[in-house]
Amino acid sequence: MALPSEYDQGFSQRKAIYKKYAQAIPGAFVVQKTEKAPCRMACPAGINIQGYVQMVKQGKYKEALEIIMEDLPLPGVLGRVCPHGCEDACRRCEVDEPLAIRDLKRLAADKCDPRDVDIQCMPERDEKVAIIGSGPAGLSAAYHLARKGVKSVIYEALPKAGGMLRVGIPEHRLPRDVLDKDIEVITNLGVEIKTNTPLCSDLTIDDLLKQGNKAVYIAIGAHKGIELGIPGEKANGVRQGVDFLREVNLTGKTDVGKKVAIIGGGNVAIDVARCAVRLGADEVSIVYRRTRNEMPAWEEEINAAEEEGIEITYLSAPQEILIENGQVTGLRCIKMELSDKDSSGRRRPVPIPGSEYDIEIDQLIPAIGQRPDLSALEDIAGMEFSKWGTTEVDSITYETGREGVFAGGDVQTGPWVAIGAVAAGKEAAESIIRYIDGRDMAEGREPIDREDPVYRPIPKNAKQEARAKMPELALEDRKGSFREVELGYDEDTGQAEAGRCLNCSYCCECYQCVDVCGPKAVTLETHAEIPENMELNVGSVILAPGFKPFDPSRFDHYNYMKHPNVITSIEFERILSATGPTMGHLVRMSDKKEPKKIAWFQCVGSRDLNRCDHSYCSSVCCMYSVKEAVVAREHAGGDLDCAIFYMDMRTHGKDFEKFYDNAKDKHGVRFIRSRVHTVDPVRDSDDLEIRYVTEDGEIVTETFDQIVLSVGLEISPEVIELARRLDIDLTETNFSKAEGFNPVATSRQGIYTCGAFQGPKDIPESVMEASSAACSAGIKLASARGTLVKEKVFPDEKDVTKESPKIGVFVCNCGINIGGIADVPAIAKYTKSLPHVEYVEENLFTCSQDTQDKMMEVVREKGLNRVVVAACTPRTHEPLFQETIRNAGLNPYLFEMANIRNQCTWVHANDKEKATEKGKDLVRMAVARASLLDPIKELSVGVEKSALVIGGGVAGMTAALSLADQGYPAAIVEKDSELGGSAKDVSKTWKGQDVQEFLSELIQKVKKHADITVITDSEVTDAKGFVGNFDTTVTGNGKETNVQHGVTIVATGGCAAETDEYLYGKNPNVTRWHDLENDPGRLEDAKSVVFIQCVGSRDNHRPYCSRICCTASILQAISIKEKHPDTAVYIIYRDIRTYGERELHYKKARELGVIFIRYSLDNKPVVKEVDGGLEVTVFDPILQKNLQIRTDLLNLATAIEPVKNDKLAGFYKLPLNEENFFMEAHAKLRPVEFASDGIFLCGLAHYPKAMDESIAQAMAAASRAVTVLSKDSIQVSPLVSQIDADKCIGCGLCEEICAFSAIVLEEVEGSGLRAKNISASCKGCGLCASSCPQKAIDMLHFKDQQIVAAVIAAV
Amino acid sequence: MADFEPKIVAFLCNWCAYAGADLAGVSRLQYPSNLRTVRVMCSGRVDPVFIVKAFKQGCDGVLVSG
Repeated sequence: MALPSEYDQGFSQRKAIYKKYAQAIPGAFVVQKTEKAPCRMACPAGINIQGYVQMVKQGKYKEALEIIMEDLPLPGVLGRVCPHGCEDACRRCEVDEPLAIRDLKRLAADKCDPRDVDIQCMPERDEKVAIIGSGPAGLSAAYHLARKGVKSVIYEALPKAGGMLRVGIPEHRLPRDVLDKDIEVITNLGVEIKTNTPLCSDLTIDDLLKQGNKAVYIAIGAHKGIELGIPGEKANGVRQGVDFLREVNLTGKTDVGKKVAIIGGGNVAIDVARCAVRLGADEVSIVYRRTRNEMPAWEEEINAAEEEGIEITYLSAPQEILIENGQVTGLRCIKMELSDKDSSGRRRPVPIPGSEYDIEIDQLIPAIGQRPDLSALEDIAGMEFSKWGTTEVDSITYETGREGVFAGGDVQTGPWVAIGAVAAGKEAAESIIRYIDGRDMAEGREPIDREDPVYRPIPKNAKQEARAKMPELALEDRKGSFREVELGYDEDTGQAEAGRCLNCSYCCECYQCVDVCGPKAVTLETHAEIPENMELNVGSVILAPGFKPFDPSRFDHYNYMKHPNVITSIEFERILSATGPTMGHLVRMSDKKEPKKIAWFQCVGSRDLNRCDHSYCSSVCCMYSVKEAVVAREHAGGDLDCAIFYMDMRTHGKDFEKFYDNAKDKHGVRFIRSRVHTVDPVRDSDDLEIRYVTEDGEIVTETFDQIVLSVGLEISPEVIELARRLDIDLTETNFSKAEGFNPVATSRQGIYTCGAFQGPKDIPESVMEASSAACSAGIKLASARGTLVKEKVFPDEKDVTKESPKIGVFVCNCGINIGGIADVPAIAKYTKSLPHVEYVEENLFTCSQDTQDKMMEVVREKGLNRVVVAACTPRTHEPLFQETIRNAGLNPYLFEMANIRNQCTWVHANDKEKATEKGKDLVRMAVARASLLDPIKELSVGVEKSALVIGGGVAGMTAALSLADQGYPAAIVEKDSELGGSAKDVSKTWKGQDVQEFLSELIQKVKKHADITVITDSEVTDAKGFVGNFDTTVTGNGKETNVQHGVTIVATGGCAAETDEYLYGKNPNVTRWHDLENDPGRLEDAKSVVFIQCVGSRDNHRPYCSRICCTASILQAISIKEKHPDTAVYIIYRDIRTYGERELHYKKARELGVIFIRYSLDNKPVVKEVDGGLEVTVFDPILQKNLQIRTDLLNLATAIEPVKNDKLAGFYKLPLNEENFFMEAHAKLRPVEFASDGIFLCGLAHYPKAMDESIAQAMAAASRAVTVLSKDSIQVSPLVSQIDADKCIGCGLCEEICAFSAIVLEEVEGSGLRAKNISASCKGCGLCASSCPQKAIDMLHFKDQQIVAAVIAAV
Repeated sequence: MADFEPKIVAFLCNWCAYAGADLAGVSRLQYPSNLRTVRVMCSGRVDPVFIVKAFKQGCDGVLVSG
């Protein structure tokens, strides 16, 4: 079954059993299932309809029958006569018409003889059961009993088996050979059918029980026609419909009049009528008292009857049969009309007085219903009957009042559908087996009501496809013949019809995966696993439910749903991905053409209250669109026109502005400040035309090949519901509402959050917040740390140094991943010929647990001292095998892998021979290297369990407090005399919280904390050591102190830059940042205030965005407007960057009348002193003219810059970027760590950021630091440099080039300077080894001779 | 030259190029089978001597990627 791949945004397909994507963790396959499909739920017998439909779709008819016959032994019969209630439940109805389920069942039975299906039966048992009646109920009971090992004998009153299937349904609907074949399926299982053997005084239920039958199942059906109850019914020419059909069906003929009238509206009436036509009647009519709408016969049957010339009179009822000489001559009818609804829900017909009329007939066949013939049952002790003349049974077990006697089918329900009887027979079989075994018959069988079942959503783009038409026998061929009318689908039609199935429950449970799974990982048991409720005892909960990309399908004007070349940015990501549906080949969807012009529309689903209720900014879309445009151009080879339509370009992240500048200047990406309203497809092409207004008011029409909608982030309804269940407060835009100054706290104690649920954000911030959430949880759980740890114990290591190499090689097939391409036996055979190889084996999966056990056994038994695994990549699997050989008593470094999958069979799938040859070579190289491998001792260093925090601002104090609260002492070094840093100048956060109050509390907490030492007026003046063991010299107050610490947290902060622009420093009314708000008196008489943004930011000198200034100025502007509504407030800006929910402040400022005027870097505002006041001249791009603003006050948002960090960077060898901010190890994955272990980063020293972001980063740094501090010793990679002091000449080249300070020169007495390695700091890169002119350095596990051996073996 | 099958030894950095070669496999990208890879912990580990050794052994090309 193919479903759209979510990973590839529906551009490719996946199966219901699938792995999310190649690199997914865990790398396991899952089966996607929901509730049982509605068709299956609607089927009385619960047949796995979706399963067999999928098999039919693939032409696997035998497999389809196997699925059907799990429940139903009569596929050919029910494939024709079933009234298919399942089709009414089919969700395809919501798209077009229901699937032709019954006809697909028939196709399976047409294409594969049901007798050829291998039916699994349990071992045969001795007990016998008697079944009365060989209709669908009796046959089904016999079949299911036989499958459970019990052989039964069926007693049939009529001369042929089949019950109503045989005698009630005419051959033109159910050919006899089909019925015979299906019955044979059951007799082939050893079921005996005794015909002409009715239940009677010679054969009673008691007799059967006495004969040794353990149970009796009564399934005699309902074969007795119901009389009309009008005068003349005894006359010649009046015959019950069921009797008429019985004779026709058993003998092929019966007496038929010339003018035949049939009374009734069910299928029996139609069957009789159509038989009468075939037997030569001249006029056949049906009289029915209601209208066609109420007629119970199937629509297709009514149509067929009409086609065959049968006249149906509606709203007419018989009153009297007219007789002459005892023979029917006519029928008096009365016209009816419909009144109110009766108990059956249908409108009740009532006669119209005086409307009687006569019709001339010579045969009348009533077919108004049947009931069971109970004559043979009435005397059975304990049996009870309902008022409708049916047997009473237990609703679950089908047992009658008489012990051991069960009943089902029409005799119990009254006339009903065959599939219902089949289901009843199956249930009876279950009861009978339990009865024989003495088990509880009812246990676990109560029907389960599922309320609001969840199914696979109907695909939005599901195309309407007509239901396949059933071919029929030509009308002229039907007269005088009982040839089957419905001819069955051909394979193509049927398979296409099956393709319409919507796969409502995803997995169709065909269990084909179970059949093919070699290692038996997928079994019927694993398939049957259902969601389990688990109760976990936890101290904290972290919510990281993420976001949902905004779905733009609700915007008609973008044509997203209608045009394949309008896609979302998330979809475009997949097109750009090397592992995506086009392997990274940039093509558009409609015609797979390489696009030449692509447009991005920003803010789709963001900053848009009118159309999508999302007034916030999604924060990430500007940057990802710029990235997509640049990457697209790289993929397209430069010949691609990329245009980004935006409102404000928000590239406020670290290094983002430079990327934006490069996109513009180097890559030629066009940035157009305009919001495009509509997209129109270009006639006779797949292109799209857009119209937009440029900044200077010109209307432009432009055509693009493809349009990318930069969709925003939103919180899904499921997450909102989760928050409701957890009693977590949300903001007005549905993000988690942070409490207090902890940005990852929620409104509920002990529950923390991180990522986009906390607020729209990008990866670095999400990763930071994840660590801060872990920190918050860690503080609460500090006392429980380590209490659940179990230590692993290994056996002693065997000393192999004196042995010659004895290598064992395990060659993996990886299922068919390797073995399906390379000749694994040939590789294994070749491997045996290699030197030192003692043992070779092939495995289906070398990584499976049983192979691990085997490997340990072989290592011990054969005395192996090296192991080579030829399989996948050491990057994922080396640790597993190393642990295995360690468990077998070998040093883990006596292990080597040959990568014959990722780097061989997967990439040379088309050349099996060459893949095999390369496989041999790779194994030879691995063996050559393995024979030279040495055991290496694990390396660990002790940990000084304390931290040094450099900087006593909010970030530094938060980090120190977060550590101390977890029991790890911290020392804060602050260069000022007071703690507090730049927060001392800030009055309120963007969320309106009082900063000074918070700050003084924070300082108090820090000062009072027993585990925090504060060293003020001091600076770091030297540092030595490595992770776990730092030794830092702190100088201040005239003295020098040495601090021993295990980790270092750098939180040196930043400040607002000075400027000489815009008369700053020359005019007292030109202020900076918080100068204005901290001196509110100045505002009292001001008629006008102007803010200028980006003063010293985003220019050549500081090509970065200071991130917080837009929000800061807007908050000040709001505060002024709220206090002095008449003061004119202007904000002169370049792009407003109120990312996330800060956008709401921007909106509010505009509502309050703050005037925003945009300027560009090449046309900056000019400030002059005029008449004792200030005049700001700025070009307004909307008015296209210069504005002169007279103002009393001018406040400048100058850049945020880091403090001077170069000295500190030198002491710890920490990298700085061009703007003097510290550089983290990895912008996204390790945002608070330095590349050197044990040193962490937070606050403004990293990049300008708001206080909540600084706090989050500080807690993240503390959290990462705890991963070091919580250990007594740290395992470090022992693959480090090894220096031969005798060869070393002390040149110092190695010390100089080592990026990790892992080599130092030390004075050795009598020899001068000699290099010494610091293993704990060494990263094992080997730069020193390859640079050493004396060859005095070698790398453990990557020794010169080990590498050279592999090189020699390679060629 | 048409049937020339060069022998190429590739020194791949464990952290980037070797991971890239693995990803090429995961992505089922197909390329000629002439490469024989030697994993090193950093391309900085590749001593010029290794390269000379490879050529002396008769290899036609050496790729250092990291």
